Amino acid sequence: MFEARYVTLFFFLMFLSGNAFCQDFTPYEEQIPNSEQSIQMVPIEGGTFLMGSPKGEEGRDPDEGPQKKVKVDSFWMGKYEITWQQYDLFVKEKIQNVRNKVSSAEGEVEIEADAVSLPTPPYIDMSFGMGREGFPAINMTNYAAIMYAKWLTAQTGNFYRLPTEAEWEYACRAGNNTAYSFGDNPEAIGTYAWHKGNSERKYHQIGSKEPNGWGLYDMQGNVAEWTMDQYKEDYFELLEGSPADNPWFKPETLYPRSVRGGSWKDDPEELRCAEREGSEARWKQRDPQLPRSLWWLTDAPHVGFRLIRPENPPSEEEMEKYWIEAMEDI
Amino acid sequence: MAQQNDDTKNGMSRKDFVRNASLAAGGVFLSTFPAMGGQRNKSNEMLKIALIGCGGRGTGAANQALTADSGNQLVAMADAFRDRLDDCYETLSKRYGDTEQLNVPEDHKFTGFDAYKKAIQLADVVILATPPGFRPVHFEEAVNADKHVFMEKPLATDVPGIHKILEAGKLAEQKNLNVVVGLQRHYQNSYREVSKRVHGGEIGSIVGGQVYWNSDGVWVRPREDGQTEMEYQMRNWYYFNWLCGDHILEQHIHNIDVANWMIGEYPASAQGMGGREVRNGKEHGQIFDHHFVEFTYPSGAVIASQCRHQEGTMNRVSEFFQTTEGTIDTAGDRGIITSWDGETLYDHNADGDINPYQQEHNELFAAIRNGEVINDTERSAKSTLTAIMGRMATYSGDVISWEDAMNGSKKLVPDALSWDSEPPVTPDENGNYPVPVPGVTDVLT
Repeated sequence: MFEARYVTLFFFLMFLSGNAFCQDFTPYEEQIPNSEQSIQMVPIEGGTFLMGSPKGEEGRDPDEGPQKKVKVDSFWMGKYEITWQQYDLFVKEKIQNVRNKVSSAEGEVEIEADAVSLPTPPYIDMSFGMGREGFPAINMTNYAAIMYAKWLTAQTGNFYRLPTEAEWEYACRAGNNTAYSFGDNPEAIGTYAWHKGNSERKYHQIGSKEPNGWGLYDMQGNVAEWTMDQYKEDYFELLEGSPADNPWFKPETLYPRSVRGGSWKDDPEELRCAEREGSEARWKQRDPQLPRSLWWLTDAPHVGFRLIRPENPPSEEEMEKYWIEAMEDI
Repeated sequence: MAQQNDDTKNGMSRKDFVRNASLAAGGVFLSTFPAMGGQRNKSNEMLKIALIGCGGRGTGAANQALTADSGNQLVAMADAFRDRLDDCYETLSKRYGDTEQLNVPEDHKFTGFDAYKKAIQLADVVILATPPGFRPVHFEEAVNADKHVFMEKPLATDVPGIHKILEAGKLAEQKNLNVVVGLQRHYQNSYREVSKRVHGGEIGSIVGGQVYWNSDGVWVRPREDGQTEMEYQMRNWYYFNWLCGDHILEQHIHNIDVANWMIGEYPASAQGMGGREVRNGKEHGQIFDHHFVEFTYPSGAVIASQCRHQEGTMNRVSEFFQTTEGTIDTAGDRGIITSWDGETLYDHNADGDINPYQQEHNELFAAIRNGEVINDTERSAKSTLTAIMGRMATYSGDVISWEDAMNGSKKLVPDALSWDSEPPVTPDENGNYPVPVPGVTDVLT
């Protein structure tokens, strides 16, 4: 029933607009055009941090180290996880509207004719009855989350993408070196996060716990969040340079891709800043069709995402690299 | 490509694997490594499979059949359309192209309305996954030819089709043939565990409930130049009742079937309402976009059934039941039983549960290999009839009893079909198709 809603792929050109204005590096609200939705963005000053967890950390897995110094550039990050209301604008979008709307001369980038592919409608209720108004969107594939970022870029003229694992962990830590953003004691987690012990088997409205030190909500728990990295078990061995400069392992296979932060289904120790998880084929196991949906996971009600926007948008060629192509799921 | 997506490799993350290694009972591996669950046993013979209906679901079912048992081999394919067959074959090739499990030579690929007959002859086991209007004729042919069957729900779109299915089901029983039906909740742990407890009397008897399939709807296939009316309807089949039976049947049957299963009866009567409020274009054929039905069971239990295909409205696919002692809540892989004083009596943990679409094939092929017999026909036919009864109620506005429905003689599917023959419904001069009108439409004769 995941019948493809075939969308013609248009060639698209994206270029740095000559008169791009430089936005102050301060918090702002991105209004999604032609909607009542906006996304709140928080500036995260770049820096160098110690990524991964030390050997003695409670609940640590071997894929979290050895710790390495990592440098990330400045970016804005979504203050909250993307909600269903924000995501559904994309799900219900019509391709002709995207093409008509893309005329933003205000932003940093412009998409002249676009190549945004749009999701097929889900044939079941993807919220699994856990709520929609103000609740985080879930069950989208990594590709769908990337296409959402591309769609939002086309809509706004500002370059949005998923965070890398390094950016995500840097933002989660909010300047601390402890297991959790708030310290090492998991006892305090209920103040900051929805986890297995307090979630009552479901996700919760965004921002209903305390934020971390940099004002980001639900980084730990509620829903785990997609990053734009291939999940590599030996991530830390593969890092080059010290500090490693803005590392990113571009996905070359459909599985596993990296999610971070743990979720409402997980024990507190799986919500640690360094905790890493790779996606699996079984996240789509109740998709009855073959090829399986490019857009929806049928069995990952714990996975959502938030977006970032680099302070300095990359070059045109680099942006192209970030729009990872769909890989057939057979 | 096939390798990177292989369920066996990715069925468990490295981390899960490490964590579960110490618990490595057979069950853990069986449930997370479906491909390893189906070792050839008893007989070393290859089981030959024919796929009838090569759309996305047929392709999925063929994949599950081949995954269930390494001794299974796809040997024949049939579809009305050659391009659908080719897409299916190409998809399966990516996964099984270098194995002996995919062995469909050109002269075992059949297209057209009669394609099924030729494909069925070549197999031991037949997968029936065309639009449901064809199911009765295909099932009858398969059973007459002594084949085991996996068939998708629903089993028919009209009552004459139900009778054909029930008769063929009895014949299958006499012949000890296995028949598994794709009402896959019956093969899903969360539902099985809840059912076991409900039927074990742990929460009293069901007095009422609500079942839902409210979603945004499904695809529409546009009319193309040069198509005959028959070709168009066959492509855009969801919107024509002789092929699809309306979404109360095609999708919502799952939830209605859960009600029948949990209550342990079939409804005595149905009454309801429905219509086409927003999905009402020519391309939407003749089906409704919403139905609301009250099913009353012989025990007195009443089930409210909702199904809706309207974008931008509340989505819900689930079942709730109220019993003399508490409540039952099932949806997705959730299965919760709660007493009226708020005590959780059961809360299903679905971690590591096997994919129910895989499980139905694992059990089918294990039964064939071990000489056991599964026959889902009767209960699935009766749940199909229950959904048809609901449709009769919303289309007519009448109270429809089980006997009324069972005795209904209205036939939607013609006996003989060809690309040039006129379909049983045709558009008027403006391109609109006949739509049922409550208070006017006769659904029984």
